[in-house]
Amino acid sequence: MAHINVPEGVPGIRSLVMFRPETGKHLYELAQVLLRGESTLSEAERELIAAHVSSRNKCFFCMSSHAAAARCLYGDEEDIVDDVLRDAKNANISDKMKALLNIAGKVQILGKEVSQADIDAARAEEATDREIHDTVLIAAAFCMFNRYVDGLASPTPTDPKIYEEMGKRMAGGYNPPQSQS
Amino acid sequence: MAYIDLQNEFPGIRGPMAFRPETAKPLNMLAEILLRDDNNTLTRGERELIGAYVSSLNDCFFCQNIHGALAGHYLDLDIEQVDAIKSDYSLTDLSPKMKSLLSIAGSVQKGGKWVTPQQIEKARSNGATDMEIHDTVLISASFCMFNRYVDGLGTWAPQDRTYYTNRAPQRASEGYIDFDLAK
Repeated sequence: MAHINVPEGVPGIRSLVMFRPETGKHLYELAQVLLRGESTLSEAERELIAAHVSSRNKCFFCMSSHAAAARCLYGDEEDIVDDVLRDAKNANISDKMKALLNIAGKVQILGKEVSQADIDAARAEEATDREIHDTVLIAAAFCMFNRYVDGLASPTPTDPKIYEEMGKRMAGGYNPPQSQS
Repeated sequence: MAYIDLQNEFPGIRGPMAFRPETAKPLNMLAEILLRDDNNTLTRGERELIGAYVSSLNDCFFCQNIHGALAGHYLDLDIEQVDAIKSDYSLTDLSPKMKSLLSIAGSVQKGGKWVTPQQIEKARSNGATDMEIHDTVLISASFCMFNRYVDGLGTWAPQDRTYYTNRAPQRASEGYIDFDLAK
């Protein structure tokens, strides 16, 4: 049971966005620009940052759905996602992605945890300023989304099949659900 | 100095917003509807106070000072009174409803799962509506984003706190959408 009277049978953030579409449309636009907009980070890499931060925040709904979207976008390399969720530091990903995931992990704790050394390490692996900016904002945004979803105790499915379907839909982009009238 | 070259000298969140206008747009639209829209039973001052309180818990100097100054502007509180609320709102003369909403905001700051059904019940018994509880949770969650964005990029913040109180009337009248990032 959610803490407030959200529509029945709608999972996670979608139930909250149907309850309050005026704020929901901007949340979805933010997700669309950050995760699907033009970027030198692939959509799969950006979903991976989102899943990593959601996992650290122990938000089952966001972690499961963004991990599913990332698996879908990685295609043949989908094992990367579970590899990173298990142990990001030793995962089979580029050193640049490791440095960016390290920054995202610091942001998850608190903004002030990020140090110049963390930034320098990402730059040494040729991360651009725009990529560092987007990594920080994706991590920060998921510290919002995770708290929004869990802070109102929105309905959280447990069946992996449901997340697999969700991931496929999310891979195609973020469109807010239509509110019930 | 920010950690990355933002190609501008603006303080706080205005630096990265000018650097990346595509993401600034939904961020500002969200702030406008959450904090400033008149179709809300929480006053602008109450909503800014929630933002200032969460920013102080997140130790974000820029956000707690500008949003604290805005709360003070709307609620006619001076800087000491806003500081007293941030340090222990339970000792202030805020309404029981606002105290129970700040309690929820404080739990959200720690993590979504910290919010308990008892806190929600308490807020309801003090007259809070579902919409007010929703907005409190989302304001707190969004400041957990804004604060991390500002500090995670190492942006600079004016240290003189009167900088923020002096700006508050202008920021209050302009709002979050139609303003010049350079001013």
